[in-house]
Parts: sequence; structure tokens; C-alpha cells
Amino acid sequence: MIRVPVFFLNVVLDRHKSEDFEQLAMPLFAALYNLAHWLTRDRGEAEDLVQETYAKALKGFGSFQSGTNFRAWIYRILRNTFLTSRAGLKTSVPVEEEEDSQSYTPVTTQTPESLLLARADYEAIEHALAQLPTQHREIILLCDVEEMSYREISEALTIPLGTVMSRLSRARKAMRQLLQKTLTGAKS
Amino acid sequence: MTCERWLRKIDLYLDGEISEAESREVELHIDACPICSSETLARSQLKRNIHLAGKAFAADPAFRKRVQESITPRRLRRRWFWIYALGALCCVLAVGTVVSLQWTRHQQRQQLIGEITDLHVATLASENRVDVVSSDRHTVKPWFQGKLPFTFNLPDLQHSEFQLIGGRMTYLDQSPGAELLFSVRKHVLSVFIFKDSAQLDRLLRASDRTQKLSFNIESWNNDGLRYVVVTDSNRSDVEALRSLLIAAEK
Repeated sequence: MIRVPVFFLNVVLDRHKSEDFEQLAMPLFAALYNLAHWLTRDRGEAEDLVQETYAKALKGFGSFQSGTNFRAWIYRILRNTFLTSRAGLKTSVPVEEEEDSQSYTPVTTQTPESLLLARADYEAIEHALAQLPTQHREIILLCDVEEMSYREISEALTIPLGTVMSRLSRARKAMRQLLQKTLTGAKS
Repeated sequence: MTCERWLRKIDLYLDGEISEAESREVELHIDACPICSSETLARSQLKRNIHLAGKAFAADPAFRKRVQESITPRRLRRRWFWIYALGALCCVLAVGTVVSLQWTRHQQRQQLIGEITDLHVATLASENRVDVVSSDRHTVKPWFQGKLPFTFNLPDLQHSEFQLIGGRMTYLDQSPGAELLFSVRKHVLSVFIFKDSAQLDRLLRASDRTQKLSFNIESWNNDGLRYVVVTDSNRSDVEALRSLLIAAEK
């Protein structure tokens, strides 16, 4: 006799959860796809990755705690899905180990080069981003493209806040070096 | 603090990751230091260019639609389930209500007809069948004056097979009425006359014929009065008496 009301209650709750999920997840679609494409470097694989991310996120939405950061949560699913995918295993090359914020290394700059970097066009930036190791590329994308806070990045990548700062610093340094190489090569 | 140490803070400043107080401190230094100022400008422009260049890939609208559909079917199925369930529930309730009303009305009608039949049988079983004994309609009709909140006409039976035996007071559902007894051959017919009510009208309808325990029963409404004839005589006798009574009211 108790089964019927419990069944109907579950149906109502599931329906509301599904609607809530759609409302939270679909506004992030464009950004998730962009990141997926940057990670996989292939349209077909990016679509597979996004599709799988949405399926996993919907399935696991029950474990998502309301009031916490949904964007970081779904990015984490996308990233973990990518890392365990064929494309992820193939492209994921570990970068040098970072400890925490103590290992933060500022970029030594020369002003003329900085000015050159500031003039880097979109094509050069895209080329440099594509050249970066996946870990560096994703943290730059999360910070500069998605404009996530360090705390959000920390949640999305499941790394400590200090590691976010040091990894971001290294990623920017590598990005600058690639851009300088590209730009000075093109200049000469 | 050397410029290198300030530069360490510039990225945090541009990323919005330092407090307002620290931001003001950085801004003061930037204003005073040409190297850091130039570096901040360059990094800010690069950050902005990365922000724009990084949004390089847009999904196919058809793909977006596919993804959206893949997360909505469950909701849509559930929604249809509820629509169907609600529709079915409404149908069941509507059918149930109609059946229940019909059944209740049928029961009430059977009870009413049973009561009227009982009145007829009780009259026949009584030693004093009528309170006013007369075959003269001009004697019987006046007898009811002051006893009933309505009046009625009795037919002239001179050229018919029917004979008026008399009349008596009767009650149905706490309402007073007249019971007139007629005979045809050796059969007795009771004609009950009550003030018509919505309930009587609903249960007996405008013109209603039925049988109960082999009694022929016919009911009709005439000018606000409800007539009910109960007899063991045949249907044609009932019809004939009815015609006479209706003609008398015109």
C-alpha cells in the first residue's frame, strides 16, 4: 500500500530534478562545447565528449548538492570524461610537477617582448593554445576564457588553490614563450 | 619590493584574486613604475585577446538540439504520463459520478414506486377503503376542500366503464395528497394526486409507465400536479382513465 505514493513521489521529484538540470546545464552548453573542442581538437570527438558529459551529469545530478557551484561540477565531469577517453589518454602529457603556491614562478619580462605579445593576433593565440600541453591549455581557458575564479578552477580540476596559482603561472609562461617564438619567427 | 615581486601580483590583480586594499597598492605602484605599467597593460591586452580568441569553437545547432532532447525525454515522458494519468482519473471520476448518480436515482425511484404501491395495497386491505364514499364527483371533490393545498377536477364517468368509489387523504414523503379509488369491471384503480415537486418530477419524469409486482403504474404531470395511477387492471384501462382525468383538467 505504501509503494504507490512512494512511486508517485519519486516521479514528481525526478521530474523536478530533470527540469532543474536542464535549466542549469543548457546555458553552459556553448562554453562546454568550446572547452571540449579545445581539449579534443576534433569536432566529432568534442561532440561525443559533450554528449557523454551531459548524460553522466544528468545521471549523477542526484548527487549534486544544491547551492554549490554547478559550473565547476559539470566542468569536472567533462574534464574527467575527457581524461579517461581515448583522445584524453593520447593527448594528456603530464607537465612538470607543481607543489603549491610556494613554487609560484613569476614570468621575467622584457618590456619590448611584452608589447609584442600584446599585439598577438587571434590566429597566433589559437596556434599557441593548441601547442600547449593539455593541463596548461585547460587552466588558461578556464581562467581567461571562462573567467572562472581560482576557487572555481580548484573545484573543477580538483587541485588545491596553491596548485591553481602555480600551474596558471607556468601555463602563462609557456604561452608567452610560444607566442614569442611564433611572433619573432614571423617577424624575421 | 622589487618590480619582479610586483609582477608576481599583477596576474592576481588582473584575475581579480586580490583584495581591494591590495589592488589599490598595486595600482599605486603601477602608476609610479613605467616597467610595471607597461607590463600590466601588455598582460591585460593579452588576457583580453586570449578571452576572445579562446572562444573559437561553436557547436552545430543541430547538435545542441540533440543534446537538449537527450536530457528532456524523461521529463516529457513523465509529463505525458501525468497528463494521461490525470485524464484517466478524470474519466474514471466522471463515469463513476454518472453511474453513481444513476444508481442512486434508480434506487430512489424504486423506493418511491414501492411506497406508492404500498399505499395502494394498504388501501385495498383496509376495511374502510375510503373516507368519503360516493360515486358522485361533486361530493368527492368538495370533501378535500381545506384538507389539501391544491384542488383538482374529477371526470364525468357517465359514458365510461369506470366508476368512482370515493376518496381519502394520503401522505407521501410527509406531503398530503388525495387518493381516489375507481373501479372498472372488478378491478380497483388508485389515483394519487400530489403537488408536484422537483424530486417527484425527477424520479417519475413527465410521463412514466412502469410495473412493480405486476401492478401497472403510470405517472404524469398536469398543471403542477403529479398524478400516479396504480392498479392490477390492464394497461388500456390505465390509459383510458388517464385520458379522462387529463380531459377533466382542461
